[in-house]
Amino acid sequence: MGILEVQGINKRFGGLQALGDVNLDVQEGSCHAIIGPNGAGKSTLLNVLVGKLKPDTGTVKFEDKNVLGLKPHQINQLGISRVFQTPEIFGDLTVMENMLIPCFARRDGSYSLKAFIGIPSEKALNAEAEEMLDEVSMLEKRDMQASSLSRGDKRRLEMAMCLVQQPRLLLLDEPTAGMARADTNNTIELLKEIKEKRNITMAIIEHDMHVVFSLADRITVLAQGTPLVEDVPENIKGHPKVREAYLGEAQV
Amino acid sequence: MESIILQLLNGLDKGSAYALIALGLTLIFGTLGVVNFAHGALFMMGAFIAVTLNMVFGISFEVEDPTRTDFLGNVMMVDTPYVVHWFGEGVGNFLIDWSVPMAVVIAIPIMALIGVVMERGLIRFFYKRPHADQILVTFGLAIVLQEIIKAFYGANPIPTPAPEAFVGSFDVGQLLGFDPFAIMYPYWRLVYFFFAALIIGLVFAFLQFTTFGMVVRAGMADRETVGLLGIDIDRRFVLMFALAAVVAGLAGVMYAPILSPNYHIGMDFLVLSFVVVVVGGMGSLPGAVAAGFLLGILQSFASMSWIIELIPGINQVVIYLVAIVILLTRPRGLMGRKGVMEE
Amino acid sequence: MLGLTAKDARLYLIVLVMLIFAPFFLNPFPEGSGLAQFNAGYPDMMQRLVIFGLFAVGFNILFGLTGYLSFGHAAFLGAGSYAGVWMFKLLTMNVIPALIVSTIVAGLFSLLIGFISLRRSGIYFSILTLAFAQMCYSLAYSVLTPITGGETGLQLALDDPRVLGVTQTAEGNIPVPHLFGLPMNASTSLDIGAWSFTFSVGYYFAAVVFALAFYFTIRLFRSPFGLVLRAVKSNQGRLSYTGLNARPYTLAAFVISGMFAGLAGGLMVSMDPLAGAERMLWTASGEVVLMTILGGVGTLIGPILGAGAITYLEAIISTINSTVLHRWFDIFPEWLENLLVNIVYPFVGSGWHLTLGLVFMIVVIFLPGGIVEGGRKIYGLFSRKREEPGSMPPNAAAQPGPGE
Repeated sequence: MGILEVQGINKRFGGLQALGDVNLDVQEGSCHAIIGPNGAGKSTLLNVLVGKLKPDTGTVKFEDKNVLGLKPHQINQLGISRVFQTPEIFGDLTVMENMLIPCFARRDGSYSLKAFIGIPSEKALNAEAEEMLDEVSMLEKRDMQASSLSRGDKRRLEMAMCLVQQPRLLLLDEPTAGMARADTNNTIELLKEIKEKRNITMAIIEHDMHVVFSLADRITVLAQGTPLVEDVPENIKGHPKVREAYLGEAQV
Repeated sequence: MESIILQLLNGLDKGSAYALIALGLTLIFGTLGVVNFAHGALFMMGAFIAVTLNMVFGISFEVEDPTRTDFLGNVMMVDTPYVVHWFGEGVGNFLIDWSVPMAVVIAIPIMALIGVVMERGLIRFFYKRPHADQILVTFGLAIVLQEIIKAFYGANPIPTPAPEAFVGSFDVGQLLGFDPFAIMYPYWRLVYFFFAALIIGLVFAFLQFTTFGMVVRAGMADRETVGLLGIDIDRRFVLMFALAAVVAGLAGVMYAPILSPNYHIGMDFLVLSFVVVVVGGMGSLPGAVAAGFLLGILQSFASMSWIIELIPGINQVVIYLVAIVILLTRPRGLMGRKGVMEE
Repeated sequence: MLGLTAKDARLYLIVLVMLIFAPFFLNPFPEGSGLAQFNAGYPDMMQRLVIFGLFAVGFNILFGLTGYLSFGHAAFLGAGSYAGVWMFKLLTMNVIPALIVSTIVAGLFSLLIGFISLRRSGIYFSILTLAFAQMCYSLAYSVLTPITGGETGLQLALDDPRVLGVTQTAEGNIPVPHLFGLPMNASTSLDIGAWSFTFSVGYYFAAVVFALAFYFTIRLFRSPFGLVLRAVKSNQGRLSYTGLNARPYTLAAFVISGMFAGLAGGLMVSMDPLAGAERMLWTASGEVVLMTILGGVGTLIGPILGAGAITYLEAIISTINSTVLHRWFDIFPEWLENLLVNIVYPFVGSGWHLTLGLVFMIVVIFLPGGIVEGGRKIYGLFSRKREEPGSMPPNAAAQPGPGE
C-alpha cells in the first residue's frame, strides 16, 4: 500500500494519447522519480496529480482518499505540495510574506476571514516561518522583495514555502531545469537534507539523470504516455528498454 | 410573421455596426494582444468625417438673387455653396447630396493614418504591460479623442443626411409576397447592411488569400512561433491596427445618416461591441461577426412591444444578459479558442 | 497605537489632522482676492473630497490588493444612494439608518454581481462588471423608474410617508437630513482678518465616517487577509497550490469595496438627498479607477490623494472661463494675452474632461505608481544627494509596498 496510488490513468488530447494506462505506487517515506524522454507525458501526469487536469479514466488515491476532481487548493490541504519547474513564488511580496502565506494556509484551511489580526501579533506563525527561512539559510533576506532574488534563492524560497506546510507528499517538477551545475548540486543537497531530516515522501519528475540517481529510491520510466519499467535505480541504469527509449537523448 | 421579418431587418443595421466594430476589436485583440477601449472613438471619428465633409461641401457665401426681392423691395441675398458656384448646379448639388458616400473615400486614408499614429505613438508601448494598463490608457485616449471632437463640434447630435436617392423606405413585404406597406425598411439601412457585408467580406478575403493575411492569422493562432520563424509580426501589426481603424471608421461614416453623430456615440457603441466580442469569443473573427448580427437582431426582437410588456426593460438589458450567461456557461464565447486572453 | 505599527499610526494621525483642519488649509487665500477661487474650504467641496476619498479607498481594496479591475463600481455607489434616499422617504431623516441601509444594500448587490463576475478573471472580469453596471444604469433609467425616479432622479417630496419623523417641517418645507437632530447643512463661520473659515456639520460627520472606514482599511491591509489578497494579485496559481482558495477571498474584497461604495453613496445623499442614474454610468466607474491610479494603486494614502486631486481639479478647472483667463494673462502684451488664453481655453471650463483624459494617459504612461510613486522618486532623489552613494537600503529599487 503506497501513500499515493495511481491506477489506470488515461488522458487524450484530441488524437494524441498523452497518458495510456498509467499505474504508479509511491511508498511512504521514499523518493520516487518519474523519468522519460521529452513528450513522454511526465508533466501531464503531474498535472493530473495536482488537480490541474482531469484524466479520461482512472483513479488517483492519496492516503486512501480520492484526489481526482478536487481543486488544487483542496489537494494541497490534503498534504500534497508542489514545486514547479520555474520557481512559482509571490514576486510582489517580501520573502517573509511569502513564507507566511503557506503558514496561514496550513493553520486556517483554504479560507478564513481573519481580517483584523495584525500580522505581527501572529507570533507562533512568524517564528515558524523564520525558523524555516533559517533552515534554508535565507533569514537575512527576509525583507527583500521575492522577485529580486536570484534564481537559486527563488528555488530555495519555494522549497521552504512547501516544507513549512509539513506536507505528506512533495511533488517536484524538474526542480533543476535550466540550472547551472553548481546550483543543481546545491538543490540536490537541499533535497537530500530534507529527505533525511523530515522523512517527507517525494515524487520527482526529472530529466537530469544525475539528479535522479542521487536522490531516487525507485524510478518509473515513462515513454509515450505509458510506464515502461519500474524498479530501483541500480536496475534501471542498464535496462535495455530504457536505453531504447532514451536513445540519443542522454547517457544512461 | 410580418413583424418577425421587420424586427429581423431592424436588427440588421445595428448588428452590422456591432459586427464591424467587433471585427476591428478582435483583430487588435487577436494579433496585438491589446484591449483597445479607444476603438469606439475610431467609430465616432469616422462618423465625424462624414459630418465634416457634409459641412465643408455646405460652406456657402451670399450672392444677390436678382429674380427675388424681399418685402421691402430689396434684392434678396441667397446662400450659395461654393461647390455649386465652382462646379455648377449639377455637380455641386450632387457633391452635397452624396457627401456621406464620398466621405467613405477620404475616410480610408484618414483612418489608416490615425490608426498608424495611434499604434506607433501609444499602443506599441503597452504590448508588454498588463491588460489593466492597456484598458486604462486607451480609456484615457478615448476620453481625449471625444473631448477634442466635442470642442470642435459641440455636444449636440449633428444630423447628416443620406443622399436623396436613398431617402424613403423600401417595401420589403411586397417583395416577399406580403401586403403592400406591411414591411417597410429604410433604403439607407439596407445600404448599410450591404456595405457592412462587403467590408466584412473584404477583410476575410484579405486575411484568407494574401500572404500578409496568412501571417496575421498564424500570428493570432500562435504569436511566439511566428516570431520564431523570423517574421517581423510587429511591423505587420501596425498595418493590422490601421486596418482595424479603417473598418471602425467606415462603420462610423456610413452610420452617420442613421444616427446623428454626437461626441459620445463611440463610447455607447464600444461597450456593446465589447460585449459582442466576448459573446463571439475573444480572438475569433467569425465569432465577432456572428455575435454582432445575433445580438443586434436579439436586441431588436426584445424591443417588440408585447415582449416588453411581458418582461419590462428587457430591450435595455438583453445584450448584457446574454453576455453574462455566455461568459458563465461558455467562457470562451460562441466560437472562441482556448487560451486567448486567459490569465 | 490602536493595534497599528508606528508607521501606520503616523500615517493615520496625519490623515486625521488633515481631516480636522481641512477647513483651514483648504482656504489659504483671503476672501475677495483674485486667488480666492482656488479655495476649496467650502462645505460642498470638502464633503465631495471626503466622499470620493472613501469611494476610492474602498475601490483600492479590490483593485489595489487583488488586481481585479472592476469597471462597474459606480453601480454600487448608485445603489447605495437610492437606498439612502428611500430611507429618508420612508423611515426617518436621521442619517445613521440611511447609511447602514445604503451599505447593506450595496453589499448585497456586490455579493450578487461579484459572485458571478469573479468566476472569470482578467479582461473578462472587467467586461462582466462593466456589463452589469450598464445593465443597472439602463434599468434605473427605464423600468425601475418607480424605484429610481428615472431621468429626474429620486428626490424627497412634500408627502413622503416618513414613519419616524415629520412629513413636512412647520414651515411646510421638506425636512433636511440630520444626525439626531443636528442638521447636516448647518454650519458656523469663523472670520479671521480677510479669511473666512466654514465648519459644517455635514463635512465633519462625513470626516468621522471616513476616519472610521480608513482605520478599518489600514487594519485590513496589515492583516493576513490583506496579505492573501496581495498574493492573489501576485500569483494566483501559486496561491491555489499553497492550499488557499482565491475566490472567497476576492469575493470578500469585492463585497467590502462594494460596501464602501454604498457607504459613499449614502453619505452623498445625506449631504444632498437626491439620487440619479447618471451616478451609475460607466464613466463614473472610470473616474474612481482614475482616482485610484492617479494616487497610487495598492497604497493606503494613494486613493485619498487621487480622489482629492481629481475632485479639487474638477471643481477648480471647470469654473475657469475666458474672463478669468484674461485676468490672469493681462500682464502680457495683448497679442500674447490672447494667444495664451486661446491655448489654455480648451482645457478649462467645459473642457475639463479633456484635461482629465490627458492626465489619465500621462499617469498611466509615465507614472503607473501614481502620486505616491512620484513623491517617493523625488524623495529618493533628495535623500540620495545627502547620503553617501550606495547607502540605499537593498530593497530601495523594489516596487512600492502597500501604504507607505
